[in-house]
Amino acid sequence: MINTQDILETINMIREENLDIRTITMGISLWDCVSEDTDRLCTRIYDKITRRAERLVETGAEIEKMYGIPIVNKRVSVTPISLIGGEASPEGYIKIAHTLQRAADTLGINFIGGFSALVQKGMTKGSENMISVIPEALAETRNVCSSVNVASTKAGINMDAIALMGKEIKRAAYLTKDENSIACAKLVVFANVPEDNPFMAGAFCGIGEPEAAINVGVSGPGVVASAIRRAGDCNLSELADVIKKTAFKITRVGQLVANEAARRLDTPFGIVDLSLAPTPAVGDSVAHILEGMGLESCGAHGTTAALAMLNDAVKKGGVMASSHVGGLSGAFIPVSEDAGMIAAVERGALTLEKLEAMTAVCSVGLDMIAVPGDTPEEIIDGIIADEIAIGVVNTKTTAVRLIPAYGKVAGESVEFGGLLGKAPIMNLNTYSPAKFIRRGGRIPAPIHSLKN
Amino acid sequence: MKAVITVTGKDTVGIIADVATVCAKHHANILDITQSVLSEYFAMIMLADIDNLNIEFSAFIDVLEKLGEGRGLVIHAMHEDIFNTMHHI
Repeated sequence: MINTQDILETINMIREENLDIRTITMGISLWDCVSEDTDRLCTRIYDKITRRAERLVETGAEIEKMYGIPIVNKRVSVTPISLIGGEASPEGYIKIAHTLQRAADTLGINFIGGFSALVQKGMTKGSENMISVIPEALAETRNVCSSVNVASTKAGINMDAIALMGKEIKRAAYLTKDENSIACAKLVVFANVPEDNPFMAGAFCGIGEPEAAINVGVSGPGVVASAIRRAGDCNLSELADVIKKTAFKITRVGQLVANEAARRLDTPFGIVDLSLAPTPAVGDSVAHILEGMGLESCGAHGTTAALAMLNDAVKKGGVMASSHVGGLSGAFIPVSEDAGMIAAVERGALTLEKLEAMTAVCSVGLDMIAVPGDTPEEIIDGIIADEIAIGVVNTKTTAVRLIPAYGKVAGESVEFGGLLGKAPIMNLNTYSPAKFIRRGGRIPAPIHSLKN
Repeated sequence: MKAVITVTGKDTVGIIADVATVCAKHHANILDITQSVLSEYFAMIMLADIDNLNIEFSAFIDVLEKLGEGRGLVIHAMHEDIFNTMHHI
């Protein structure tokens, strides 16, 4: 018989420590939907998504029941729409966004990602048209998510695209001003974007992906925090081992669910994303893990080192537990989605600058950070450029999901509810980078030797 | 295919009998039981073969949960794979 202790440990992880599968995301390629006629394109997109993912929600619920583990979200990611839409007009792209929403409604999924563009080197007419209506697309839909890759280590940084994104983020905030600027929570700007990411808002089905694939993202900060608490006063080598072992167990469950979902949906397994994804629920916080490691508050000096160790140990533990690893893989530090991060900001311990430093050693970036609504575009551009530069130079994914909450000032907060949580409005350095941003052009790709 | 059935709650007469009756009714063959009572708190883990279940596994889970609710117990049935996967390489 299975060891009683093991059974109790697993049950305790699920019932007391919030272990869950954050998402089963089905990536669906839309290449074969391409058409010159936007209406025909939309019909094909709707038909393909609803046919391919017809049983996704139902299957997720079956697996949830069979293994007794919550599967919080069922999602779909599609080929970047700017590639599929081609020369469609801005109005055509809005129509496509509505088509995605209709497909999401029919399926009953939580999110659909892929209203996306890849513009790290330059912009096609299609990308330009799509990006110009991202605010409308996100304001007029509920479950559609959008992302734009503005840089890569090989291509450098497209500063024109960053300047455009600052403007569109502000517009998205304005268009949803009555809902706490929620459109911005569904829009993320990337460097080195992964093509098989199951997490929103950045999920899309990359250009080298198969017809369809099952990608799974696990959660589990509560489990790691409890394991660290139980480990007591051990040294950091021992603590890294505790985290590795826990990450292994969490990821094995992700792999099990991914295999079963792939089998039942007759769709190839893609990847497991080795992630520590927090939720606003008590006991499901990455910040609390860092504090459990010995910091008085997340944001204290030492936070970057603690996070670097945590992130590395999660990967080392997880990588052996899964046959294919991908996506964002690492600890997430979204402010609004993590009760400990929110508390650290509110007590003044965690600043934007510290968060930026933290993103250099973990996945993914400046995530779910609310800033004053009157923040000038150029400052938003500057924040994006800084974060993107960290990713480009360090050959890693970084991303920015900022919410310039319309009409709000530092010290207030915005409430999104659900997984998106509550975001305290953070103070910003208000000195202007405008002249730098207005130069436009591209920051060249970094050199890959002389590493210092 | 095996299921792990866990039962926890206040100890009363006939818990094992009731759970075993449900298992028998639905053709789940009990392979092993471990149980303990700590200051009136009852905890049992049961391993059952569910290859010949006469209802869907999800329905079997529901029947057990309902039995638990009626008796003030928490009863969960989970596929053994989640435990094997997590704890065995």
